[in-house]
Amino acid sequence: MTATGPSMYSGAPAHQVTTTDTLLWVALPYVVIAVFVLGHVWRYRYDKFGWTTRSSQLYESRLLRVGSPLFHFGILVVLLGHIGGLVVPKRWTTAAGVSEHMYHVTAVALGTVAGLCTLAGLAILIYRRRTVGPVFSATTRNDKLMYAVLTLVILLGLSATVAANLLGGGYDYRETVSPWFRSVFFLHPRAGSMAGVPILFRLHALSALLLFTIWPFTRLVHMLTAPVGYLTRPYIVYRSHDTTLGRRPPRRGWDLPR
Amino acid sequence: MRVMAQMAMVMNLDKCIGCHTCSVTCKQAWTNRSGVEYVWFNNVETRPGQGYPRQYEDQERWRGGWTLNKRGRLTLKAGGRARKLLTIFANPKLPSIGDYYEPWTYDYETLTDAPLQEHTPVARPRSLISGKYMKVSWSANWDDDLGGSAETGERDVVLREVSEKVKLEFDQTFMFYLPRICEHCLNPSCAASCPSGAIYKRTEDGIVLVDQDRCRGWRMCVTGCPYKKVYFNHRTGKAEKCTFCFPRVEVGIPTVCSETCVGRLRYIGLMLYDVDKVLDAASTPDDTDLYEAQRGVFLDPHDPEVIAAAERDGVPRDWIEAAQRSPIWALINTYKVALPLHPEYRTMPMVWYIPPLSPVVDVVRDTGHDAENAGNLFAAIDALRIPVDYLAQLFTAGDPAPVDAVLRRLAAMRSYMRDLNLGRDPDEAIPARVGMTGEQIYEMYHLLALAKYDARYVIPAAHAEDAHKLEELATECSLDYEGGPGMTGWGPFGETSGGAAPIAVENFHMLRQRQTSDVPAGREHLRGRVNLLNWDGKGLPEGLFPPRGGDEGPGPGGTNPPADSGAAETEPKP
Ligand code: HEM
Ligand code: SF4
Ligand code: SF4
Repeated sequence: MTATGPSMYSGAPAHQVTTTDTLLWVALPYVVIAVFVLGHVWRYRYDKFGWTTRSSQLYESRLLRVGSPLFHFGILVVLLGHIGGLVVPKRWTTAAGVSEHMYHVTAVALGTVAGLCTLAGLAILIYRRRTVGPVFSATTRNDKLMYAVLTLVILLGLSATVAANLLGGGYDYRETVSPWFRSVFFLHPRAGSMAGVPILFRLHALSALLLFTIWPFTRLVHMLTAPVGYLTRPYIVYRSHDTTLGRRPPRRGWDLPR
Repeated sequence: MRVMAQMAMVMNLDKCIGCHTCSVTCKQAWTNRSGVEYVWFNNVETRPGQGYPRQYEDQERWRGGWTLNKRGRLTLKAGGRARKLLTIFANPKLPSIGDYYEPWTYDYETLTDAPLQEHTPVARPRSLISGKYMKVSWSANWDDDLGGSAETGERDVVLREVSEKVKLEFDQTFMFYLPRICEHCLNPSCAASCPSGAIYKRTEDGIVLVDQDRCRGWRMCVTGCPYKKVYFNHRTGKAEKCTFCFPRVEVGIPTVCSETCVGRLRYIGLMLYDVDKVLDAASTPDDTDLYEAQRGVFLDPHDPEVIAAAERDGVPRDWIEAAQRSPIWALINTYKVALPLHPEYRTMPMVWYIPPLSPVVDVVRDTGHDAENAGNLFAAIDALRIPVDYLAQLFTAGDPAPVDAVLRRLAAMRSYMRDLNLGRDPDEAIPARVGMTGEQIYEMYHLLALAKYDARYVIPAAHAEDAHKLEELATECSLDYEGGPGMTGWGPFGETSGGAAPIAVENFHMLRQRQTSDVPAGREHLRGRVNLLNWDGKGLPEGLFPPRGGDEGPGPGGTNPPADSGAAETEPKP
């Protein structure tokens, strides 16, 4: 169907695709994407007021000053790593002259360090949430669920990496997981490439799908409005009030709504 | 030249009695909700004193406002855009709740619920942050009237700049009150610090507002404002600030703090200014030149060239006329008695102050001399360096000359008017000594001492084309008939047809209903419309949600908990 067709997946070992596999690696991803996208649209339309980081720095600053940057910088590097590993096909890096070994060593080293930073930061943040009274009482059930899922995803991801690379002989997910990931976005999902993947990787992927499902309904929405526009906008924003708040000229029943 | 209009305020500090009425009424109007218990859009500080939040004036510590970089360019003191984004995950310069104060309530219930016992039950203070019992040890005006100043006095940031001698005896020397609201600056560093661009300055009247739908809780504005007049609502995770009571000002009535001020010391009016000059003025190299630089940004509303430019730039005719009658223009420019608060922060603040002469008068009187005699007063202003230096640190970045000049003008008015009031021949030499005429002094006296309502507030309504609505408000026709649009938001063609009533009008009716009826407000009048401005965040106001199926409707007897049951405390949003 697409030009990127079969050749992309040529390296994937063939496996028997069961119904479960189809459900998990074909149906589920689309459900998650739909929920993620529509969830954000819905939240943006109906709950702009709730769209915030809900910063708790007013209550406590000492632990946050350490934990939050550690976690955030960690997770942003991890995020970049995932984009690099999942989105960029192996052929491209090879073509660019990066050998499999080089790529692997850098990825594992950087990934592990960033992952550990994330985990340490997250541990500090959770410890802070639990032990600092005002922060704890400002923690909603929603937050707790989010933290549980987030921790699960990170722990599974880290342990998959550690188990496969440091303990095992190394595992090249770019031959299996990545093609599957891309195939989902090419609307040509290949459940087969996921079928034979080690269990920890599969669990990590599933937990991530769970995280993305709840994402739009948690405080994590703040990531989508990361303020990059700040770098280019003029310092002082001027706005006219008649398009925003306060009084409007009367609208008659026969006028079309504006 | 690009002309803009700015709604501005001047406060005459001589008249402030420190009663905090302004703070309380403001709180009732704007911040009596959960999440902003510790927030005072209007607060009154005793000077000398630490202020609220504690020592907010120490910009070496808090890094609010603007500063000049090595190349003389204006930059945010807390760091530019890249730096802001790199430190966004934990703001390094955010005041903690302890720097404001931990808000509390009392366990009033024990007073009524306690069983019969030997000792009178007491209501213990309980933290509104953690919910635990607490020991109250600081508040928004803990050092009110210099209370405890022997312990905390040396922590006054402004005093640090004044001479060593003052530090030891300042509280015997003088004291005055400084009411503060947001300055609605011409060059607001809060807006410049906001990563999501949610804080904006209105083009029509210069009021600085936070768009609650665009604020994402990055909490950089709190650091950015050197006056610490943006606050973080810890329940909603959004920034909030003084609104200059825009719903009131838009219909031509003064802010709540001004309207209720016991000393009647607040003036509200327009200033026309040249936006193109703001950046240059704010970049003036010398701190002490900033006062004059800011005055240079203002435009004379009587100048035909300015009028033509203002009309070209869309300032309505009635606004230009209002700017001509503006008490602010008179106080800042004609009489030159108003000064900006901390011009050295370079935000070009627009709430100015007439410094108090009373510290000087008090000393003269206490030493047994005639405190109305011009010679005595002038001599005292020269001799009493302490109050003058202190005021200069507040209002002119340390330059005593403008403060001196203002105090002399106030002293001249005092003694010149005494002669007039006693029926004696006025001494024209007195005004001459401060470069004024007797007539000018008399007019200034009219504005400052008599301070009639119409002279204090010259507030043009928001839109000329809405002027007929104001008449409706003033004459109470058509808006208040049962079922009229002002009452319920129902026009002839169903809900909200006919347009929304101004918020001020809606509030007025709401409050009147509350005060005059036996049934809870909104029971039968609201019919499904909710005014969230009157909602304190607790319970579910009727009409917020449609009635449950089968139920005849919410409310007493329905499914809603009573408004103050606490059972329906608002959960923070995810
Ligand atoms: C570049 C984008 C991001 C920015 C600018 C950002 C910024 C922030 C800020 C300002 C806070 C509030 C900290 C505080 O004062 O309490 C916060 C909290 C948080 N962020 Fe982010 N964030 C970003 C991306 C992410 C991502 C990708 C995740 C997770 C997948 C994440 C997870 C969290 C969590 C869990 C908290 C709550 C921390 C706590 O208070 O316990 N953020 N973020
Ligand atoms: S005083 Fe008001 S307008 Fe000026 S920087 Fe502070 S919050 Fe912004
Ligand atoms: S109400 Fe007026 S007199 Fe009273 S504290 Fe406020 S500004 Fe001062």
